[in-house]
Amino acid sequence: MTVLLLILIPAAAGGLAFFVRADRPRRALLVTTAAGHTSLTVSAWVCRPRPTPGGWFALDGLGLLFLSITSVLFLAVSVYTLSYLRRERQGGITDIEEGFLFDNAPEATFTACLLLFLAAMTLVTVSQHVGLLWVAVEATTLASAPLIYFHRHHRSLEATWKYLLICSVGIALALLGNFFLAVAASHPQAGTSGSSPSMLFANLGSQATQLHVPWLKAAFLLILVGYGTKMGLAPLHTWLPDAHSESPSVISALLSGALLNCAFLGIVRTQQVCVAAGLGGFSRQLLVGFGLISMAVAAAFIVGQSDYKRMLAYSSVEHMGILSLGIGLGGAGVFGALLHAINHSLTKAMLFLIAGNILGTFRTKSTVEVRGVLRALPVSGVVWLAGLFAITGSPPFGPFLSEFTILKASLDEGRTIVAVIYLALLAAIFIGMATVALRMAQGEASREPQREPLIAVLPPALLGAGVLLLGIYIPPAIDNLLHETARALGGL
Amino acid sequence: MKLIALLQPLSALVLSPVLLGVINRTKAWFAGRSGQPLLQPYYDLGRLLRKGAVYSRTTTWVFRGGPIIGLAAVLVATTLVPLGGLRATLRFSGDLVLFAYLLGLTRLFAVLAALDTGSSFEGIGASREVTFSALAEPALLLGLAALARQSGSLSLSTIYSLLSADAWLKAGPMLALVVGALMVVFLAENARIPVDDPTTHLELTMIHEVMVLDHSGPDLAFILYGAALKLWVLGSLLAGLIVPVRTGNPWLDGGAGLLGMLAVAVAVGIVESSMARLRLPQQVTGLLVGAGVLAAVALILSLR
Amino acid sequence: MNADVILILLVLTNLRLLGASRLGASIRTVAVQGVLLGALALLAHHNHLTVAVLVVALGGMTLKGVVFPWLLFRALRAAEVEREVEPFVGAIPSLLAGVAALGASLWLTARLPLPEPSHSSLLVAVALFSMFVGLFLIITRKKAISQVLGFLVMENGIYAFGVGLVVDSPLLVELGVLLDVFVAVFIMGIIIFHISRESDHIDTHKLSSLRD
Repeated sequence: MTVLLLILIPAAAGGLAFFVRADRPRRALLVTTAAGHTSLTVSAWVCRPRPTPGGWFALDGLGLLFLSITSVLFLAVSVYTLSYLRRERQGGITDIEEGFLFDNAPEATFTACLLLFLAAMTLVTVSQHVGLLWVAVEATTLASAPLIYFHRHHRSLEATWKYLLICSVGIALALLGNFFLAVAASHPQAGTSGSSPSMLFANLGSQATQLHVPWLKAAFLLILVGYGTKMGLAPLHTWLPDAHSESPSVISALLSGALLNCAFLGIVRTQQVCVAAGLGGFSRQLLVGFGLISMAVAAAFIVGQSDYKRMLAYSSVEHMGILSLGIGLGGAGVFGALLHAINHSLTKAMLFLIAGNILGTFRTKSTVEVRGVLRALPVSGVVWLAGLFAITGSPPFGPFLSEFTILKASLDEGRTIVAVIYLALLAAIFIGMATVALRMAQGEASREPQREPLIAVLPPALLGAGVLLLGIYIPPAIDNLLHETARALGGL
Repeated sequence: MKLIALLQPLSALVLSPVLLGVINRTKAWFAGRSGQPLLQPYYDLGRLLRKGAVYSRTTTWVFRGGPIIGLAAVLVATTLVPLGGLRATLRFSGDLVLFAYLLGLTRLFAVLAALDTGSSFEGIGASREVTFSALAEPALLLGLAALARQSGSLSLSTIYSLLSADAWLKAGPMLALVVGALMVVFLAENARIPVDDPTTHLELTMIHEVMVLDHSGPDLAFILYGAALKLWVLGSLLAGLIVPVRTGNPWLDGGAGLLGMLAVAVAVGIVESSMARLRLPQQVTGLLVGAGVLAAVALILSLR
Repeated sequence: MNADVILILLVLTNLRLLGASRLGASIRTVAVQGVLLGALALLAHHNHLTVAVLVVALGGMTLKGVVFPWLLFRALRAAEVEREVEPFVGAIPSLLAGVAALGASLWLTARLPLPEPSHSSLLVAVALFSMFVGLFLIITRKKAISQVLGFLVMENGIYAFGVGLVVDSPLLVELGVLLDVFVAVFIMGIIIFHISRESDHIDTHKLSSLRD
């Protein structure tokens, strides 16, 4: 029951938000729903809910992990959105880059789509059926497209069009992959017996040796490419920088922090089935390959990047590559990847929210023109600097620990070349982002010091505190969940 | 030599001008006219043979020899092509390649003769002709290759004798595609709408007609007869596909083949009456490439 | 045997799309594809025609054969653009690429052994071919509507595969696919309208202000 409520409450609130006329009640609805969703998630930690009859909706360890990330992020973002919406006017806004006038989408649409987006992402985390997972991922694409098109001008339209088209194509490929999986399931491998497994991930995993191998291989490849498009793996990532740079910062935070993880979940569940079927070597090679390519592409575009939101977007590509690499390495790498999912989501969301503050004050997205953030926005500046160091893997923050675990895993497996490339790319990205961070933070402020509203600063600061905590000490509850999940995935 | 073996080439030699007549009558019927007599092409041939030829001083032996060599090539091709289930006089493995190249030889000499006159109109016609047949030839060869693959033999007679109703039931879609491709090739090679308008009198819009502008007398008769034979020969490729009657009795098969030829001629008449000529160069080339693609798809399907 | 006829007609419609030069003809061809797919669905289930199967197949036919063309023509009219296709890759190279794709699909199908011999061996090849054609159209066509058509063709190929091969899959998934396509096309139509309003054209090639 809890599981269904987790989906239905945001969905119903989203539907309701279309009809609420006044702004204040609608914003209250947003925050209340987010708080309710988070409390339901916490209750799921305390007492794991039972699956629904039929087994289509259930919260296993992996699902609970990603659900918690999504829920916490959404709560932080929804509180921040209050200050964001207060700042944004409805119409007649002057574009900061080209100077024309544009309007925003109606706030009702924005809020409603935001809540529906939460419902769709929740659905992804609780889906145990292959088809249902696919429908949920598609639903997230459709729910988030209007959110990217919040500022109604041609650049965001271009970003929305690219996002919609590329992600729809990717998800269509994933659908074909699902059909291939169904064929692999219903026509057993020669020499095996027993009834065909249903399309529930648990069944596919337990009866994995019965799956027809060529079809399973083709299915995994298609699903990797399809959901990988949604996840932002290079070379399928081309929608990511545009969507992140043109959408409002709150949306970028959710996209990077929560949506990419949902797509990753689809890949991980299929990878589980492959490993159980004995195709671990095949799938792991692909994952490692895509991981390294993503990191390389991200490094190439981060160095010398002139737009800080695009820089953060490419950083997301890099970290998705790291996640893929971690899962692909197996062993302790799986634990590292899951821990990294938490760390990256919290850090990236924090960075995007602060970027929103910087954009609101400095009115420019250029890394060269923004100067002296530490002086103009003291609290935001500190969090910004800390966040950029965190995301590039500096101790004592969380990402350092998870990236180090993955490095250790690659060395333990004997894959020295992979480890060397990994380190080199991390170093390149560190150099690229650190230069930007220091240049933006220090120096004479190009704007007057602004008052920073509490709700604009508190959510990112709390997220940052969480990242710092995870770098020093992982709470036992989280540690247990991570170990349990990693074990289930065949690592450790 | 049995009479039956001669049935196929004799019918080609004697009956091919009737096809032209049938096409003209069909067009006239569609237009509401009564049209030329059915045997008009014979009268035209007779008239031309009785006249004398006029040769320009700038032409060479190519101009004089072109029509003769062209007719000779088509006559040889006639002995290679089966009429439905009725086998051709000459048959050997690979005769379909020889067939395609004999048609090419006819075309070559027609083009050379046209260029020999030194007139720019013939030059336009020649260049267009060569362009379109360069596109039509792959379609023809791919279509024949698909048929060859399907029947397992490289001889036209064997291929066509195996194209019974059974073959249509088994590989209907592929054969339908080949019919489509060959129909377009037929229209292109015989200068029919939508590729070329045989009744136009504007030289700039002609392809085949303008190439023979300077021929007269018996030369023109040879060209006319050669065109009729080419119509018959390419038409029997289509007729053999459309009418899958293979009883084994040569008279029945031959009769069915003749009915098929009639059907093809009427179909051409209908096509000519209902369509306008396509624009050169992009629409015609598009059509021919489309025919090539259809034939390629048929070949791919037959390779399965 | 009958499934073969429908599958070859699907191949022909795909080739027609590759060679088409006008948007109106393209939209109608995709509509014909939708109807053919509904017929394929009915044929695949002809042993066990329940009301649900009938409803889904006929609903799909109506959706793809009537509703989508209507939506797309409306978007086209609202955008007031010239009805030419304007491809990067011309009609003839596209057709040749299509033939190559058909050959490649058949080759790939030979590598993926079909479990049940009763199904038509053309099915997987035609599904893969439709996907290639859809992707090709998305990449090589400039107009946004052509890209939506390419997406529809991709989904058609996947649907054909699902219908023919995954006979045990619950109707729910087929419905899910239809719903997804409907909503996606709806949203894309809205965006095309916005694109045309912003910039007087629906040429996605000109949407290139975001770059590194």
